[in-house]
Amino acid sequence: MKYVDEYRDIELVRNLSRKIHEVTRGNWTIMEICGGQTHAIMKYSIGEFLPEKIQLVHGPGCPVCVTPLEIIDKAIRIAQREDVIFCSYGDMLRVPGSEKDLLNVKAEGGDVRILYSPLDALKIAVDNPGKQVVFFAIGFETTAPANAMAVKEAKRKGITNFSILSSHVLVPPAMEAILSSPKNKIQGFLAAGHVCTVMGYEEYLPIASKYMVPIVVTGFEPVDILQGIYRVILQLEKGSAEVENAYGRVVTREGNLQAKKLLTEVFEHADMKWRGIGNIPDSGFRLSPEYETYNAEDIFDVGHIVQQESELCIAGEVLQGLKKPADCPAFGAACKPEHPLGAPMVSSEGACAAYYRFKKTETA
Amino acid sequence: MDFQLNCPIPINEYPMITMAHGSGGILSHQLIEKMFQPAFNNDLLNSGHDGAVFPQPEGRLAFTTDSFVVQPIFFPGGNIGDLAVNGTVNDLACCGATPEYLSVGMILEEGLPMGDLWKIVLSMKGAADRAGVKIVTGDTKVVDRGSGDKIFINTSGVGRVREGVNIDPRNCKPGDVIILSGTMGDHGVAILSARAGLEFETAIESDSAALNGMVDNILDASRHISVLRDPTRGGVATTLNEISRSADVGMVLEEELIPVSQEVRGACEVLGLDPMYIANEGKLLVILPESEAETVLDKMKMHPLGQEAGIIGKVVAEHPSVVRMTTSIGSSRIIDMLTGEQLPRIC
Repeated sequence: MKYVDEYRDIELVRNLSRKIHEVTRGNWTIMEICGGQTHAIMKYSIGEFLPEKIQLVHGPGCPVCVTPLEIIDKAIRIAQREDVIFCSYGDMLRVPGSEKDLLNVKAEGGDVRILYSPLDALKIAVDNPGKQVVFFAIGFETTAPANAMAVKEAKRKGITNFSILSSHVLVPPAMEAILSSPKNKIQGFLAAGHVCTVMGYEEYLPIASKYMVPIVVTGFEPVDILQGIYRVILQLEKGSAEVENAYGRVVTREGNLQAKKLLTEVFEHADMKWRGIGNIPDSGFRLSPEYETYNAEDIFDVGHIVQQESELCIAGEVLQGLKKPADCPAFGAACKPEHPLGAPMVSSEGACAAYYRFKKTETA
Repeated sequence: MDFQLNCPIPINEYPMITMAHGSGGILSHQLIEKMFQPAFNNDLLNSGHDGAVFPQPEGRLAFTTDSFVVQPIFFPGGNIGDLAVNGTVNDLACCGATPEYLSVGMILEEGLPMGDLWKIVLSMKGAADRAGVKIVTGDTKVVDRGSGDKIFINTSGVGRVREGVNIDPRNCKPGDVIILSGTMGDHGVAILSARAGLEFETAIESDSAALNGMVDNILDASRHISVLRDPTRGGVATTLNEISRSADVGMVLEEELIPVSQEVRGACEVLGLDPMYIANEGKLLVILPESEAETVLDKMKMHPLGQEAGIIGKVVAEHPSVVRMTTSIGSSRIIDMLTGEQLPRIC
């Protein structure tokens, strides 16, 4: 397949692997931010092509994993209402809330629907004027523009029975939170190609220089990932800390200007709680005053919910790269994809699920 | 009895199924006499008993059942009717049996358009004719609108197991090779593209087909087949995991050797799905000793459903109960069972 097979080419992979082995002298710990990259690293066993001195750790870039428990519980309360059609990306249905998940709500009679696009939720709203249609708007900078577009379209068309339950998070503040932690061991980053497709990579320049850490914008195919790792290692060995773009076929310095303009119009920055990590200042989006009336949290009084995570689950440490999934006492025992304790075991992009699915015999 | 292609129950009289069609009264009889009997027409069915009575053949029998709840009921490449016939025919064929008789149980939802039911019945007839099986007994119930989803079909089937054939997942042993008859994932992606809410147009059609003809060719060529299996729900990955666990053997697949059409690959890339886990309704996995593979492959390729057949991997003694795959870039990873559902209600 065009634009895919070239980046899964065995000769290119071997060549990059050889080059990485040649240049690596020190012990280096690199984090890939994005869950999509974690999935690809596991799917292609990228570790087999790297010297033992390089350790890859899996960052907090799976939107399903970092959506806080409180929001899941709010989603469940809203979805249980008889007057609501609750629409969501499929992965969110299995994420455990404090008592149940959205799949349970569906089984109990809630109208919960899986969509691939928030714009489909708008159509459902138009077709069901007697119902309130709520879209579970989660994700990073990648999903935010489509969600913003849905809200903007709702306003333009005067659709009043549509709203979003928003839990949008942003990559750069999370990177800063990880880098400023006293326990941090991350020395280089693969920045998430899709996020940078929207946002560009300008906003990473200050992070690279402030924390003296190389950041390489990286794609999702094996050749992309190895290329990203190679360029991070080259910088680490030289002692430089630049932002580089190894995903130039998609990403530009300034990003998608139209999408960014839309985001600025519909959303504003807000403090956000990340599941397993805690509150990170300025790390999310909330609807701007002009679009506040589309906020499902205001439309449905779901009350103030505060929840505690499972004590067994070490998802927070996994998402910060402090521990590997297999370090968790619950991994593969009390916590499996079919009955997850923590969110990283739910989504195929979650570090724990990826480990479980692709590596379990090595860790068992 | 002359067979007509037009719906035999005049639209102006009964444009849709009503509760009365399940009452056992005149309208139930009208369905049977005007629709089912003329379509499925055979002596055993036409005798009008509560069940089909037939002589017991010599040797072993295979008996299987399957229920079909696919949504939508019409999809590119087929509908719930041919799917229901092919599914049970294929389960019998994978037991090494020659499918002979099928039963059909239909649960109809009040309001199902009569024309839709007729289209489904016609394609069941077509599928049964192609597979050479007879639909010899059946039952119809109607549920209130909202208590079903248009139509659910159960089919059960019996077939004669060929002499000297012993198909059993536990026969699978190190040294065997794994053959797949063609591309993966066509059925699941065809359903996905037809599903309301997912606007996604592809040229992909379901691969729904009866496999018994190709299985006949295979069993003519070799009596040493270890396992035959059609990889339906859960796809090739899940089916091979089931077999490897039953036989407590390992398997190693070669990603490069597993056929996937360009369209299915493209759809899966966009939607984040893995074709290894997507359902097929007309594909066959054959596990057999390597020494038999070439002869059997030749026979499979001569059949229209097996033209793209090829060896995709082998059975090994190492890592028992675990299926591994050598990826296209030369690394190795585990292919696990499917957890949860990639796509619900695909068959």
